[in-house]
Amino acid sequence: MDSPTGARPIIALRGVSKTYWRDTIEVPVLAQLDLDVADGEFLALMGPSGSGKSTILNLVSGIDSPTAGRVVVAGVDLGSLDQAALAAFRARHVGFIFQSYNLIPVLTAFQNVELPLLLTGLDRRQRKQHVLDVLGIVGLHGRSEHYPRQLSGGQEQRVAIARAIVSDPSLLVADEPTGDLDAASATEILDLLGRLNREFGKTVVMVTHDPRAAERAHRVLHLDKGVLVESVRRDRP
Amino acid sequence: MTRFLPFILRSTLRNKRRTVLTILSLIISLFLFCTLRTVITSLAASLESASTARLITRRSTSLTFMMPASYRDRLAQIPGVEDVAYMSWFGGVYIDERNFFAQFAVDPVRYLVMYPEYRLTPEEKETFRRERTACIIGEKLARKYGFKKGDRITLRGTIFEGIWDFTVCGIALPATPDLDTNWLLFNGEYLNQRMGDFGQVGTFVLKLKDPSRAGDIARIVDATFANSAAETKTETEKAFQLGFISMLGNIQAVIYALGSAIVIAIGLVSMNTMMMAARERTREIAVLKALGFNDRTVVGLVLAEALLITLVGGLLGAGLARLVFAFSNFNAGGFFQQFKVTDGTLAQAMGIALFLGLVSGLAPAWNAARLRIVDALRHSG
Repeated sequence: MDSPTGARPIIALRGVSKTYWRDTIEVPVLAQLDLDVADGEFLALMGPSGSGKSTILNLVSGIDSPTAGRVVVAGVDLGSLDQAALAAFRARHVGFIFQSYNLIPVLTAFQNVELPLLLTGLDRRQRKQHVLDVLGIVGLHGRSEHYPRQLSGGQEQRVAIARAIVSDPSLLVADEPTGDLDAASATEILDLLGRLNREFGKTVVMVTHDPRAAERAHRVLHLDKGVLVESVRRDRP
Repeated sequence: MTRFLPFILRSTLRNKRRTVLTILSLIISLFLFCTLRTVITSLAASLESASTARLITRRSTSLTFMMPASYRDRLAQIPGVEDVAYMSWFGGVYIDERNFFAQFAVDPVRYLVMYPEYRLTPEEKETFRRERTACIIGEKLARKYGFKKGDRITLRGTIFEGIWDFTVCGIALPATPDLDTNWLLFNGEYLNQRMGDFGQVGTFVLKLKDPSRAGDIARIVDATFANSAAETKTETEKAFQLGFISMLGNIQAVIYALGSAIVIAIGLVSMNTMMMAARERTREIAVLKALGFNDRTVVGLVLAEALLITLVGGLLGAGLARLVFAFSNFNAGGFFQQFKVTDGTLAQAMGIALFLGLVSGLAPAWNAARLRIVDALRHSG
């Protein structure tokens, strides 16, 4: 399925299939999927559990590999990379936002956000500047020394978003980013994702069950049993 | 790796109680290891101070049997022997059995001449030769019990029964600090007379004109008394001390067995701790890998955490052993000349700590490297 914007695709899936094995039972998850996501697009993936939406997220972020087909992200064919190169690819191109935040509990907000920068060549002063900048973007400048247990769910997710963008990746993958949040916090997080997309040009691929979250996307893809069944394009919010 | 240090430190202290208990177990075990190894090095050190210019002649059957004092004249006539003195183990008890120290009845004239490494004034030597109940105390023993010249010391004989009173006539100072001075020497004539001129001695010390002929002379000595009622066994002072130590059994093998058991037990404890810590953080490791941490970095982090725990435990355990034995003047009731944890023992303890860190961190590090991000995020969330 082509990118409807006509812009250069940052993600291209060609004939991608994915099959899992549960003991001796073969479980097909994706079947011959073609998909383009344009650079700067905000894409929402919807569908029932087991429809393959999270698998697409895993494939484009390089933490899983397809059974068949090609996954090209930011011009890189992920199938050609070994584990070390995939790790470097993720560090450079992908920012992860999880449903349950997945912050390291023994680290402060600052230290959590700093983690991806430890893999770069930045010195301590530069890392500090980057971390404070992104904590400012997500509105948590004054909470940098707080531990995750001292933050609300919404604040934790904002720290997670700061961690996702601190190394300036081109792609943000968000797996149910508002799934654990109350309505007010969910709105704040969706506003933030929209802003990152609009103002900072981040491509966002978001899995969600929430139609209100999907409304923020440029395009909503519905999956069922590993097949794209519907594509809805919205005007840019 | 230094940029990851705060992360490693925080991870190590995540479960403070578990970390502290693991480090404590390492401290205790490596303290014990250092203590056991110091038993070996202390015994070896006592052999190092033994002279090769002196031979010891004793009964061939056992050190516990005595031989005629009259052998002295025949020994002195053997070519290559410069001088001969006798020395008999007394085995008395000072106040009670806990106050163990060596006591010898010695030739009042020749013995002190043959051991110039123990320093006494001419007046002290003269008093020792002249006074029947005079005794000389080694410096360490004098310091331990506060003995000084003129003090009276009473021993209860166990081999030679009765109450034996002595007067301290001198404190012997060692020429070098590694020399044993945990002993009491008394005039051998006192023992001989009180035992009714029994004319028996425990050992003879032979001073040689040429130490390189020690082997030949030892053979001549033993041949001289072959087929007599009291056959002899002659060996260098060092070999004699080694034999004396071996009477205690194969200490070295026992110590190494104990040390190995301790190391293995603590290795298992550390491994269990590290595996528990890593298992609890499966999801975190998956998140780190998702963020771009490669397998090598993740393995390094897990290993560094294990090494931090074991090296801190090793440093504290070995350091504590060094300090405790340096300041307590411990010598196992005079059994050891000195009981000092050597640099070599410290290095071995730290080597063991390093080994334990690597071994205990290896399995969780391997698991972390093999961890599939998707599976870990799916199953543990």
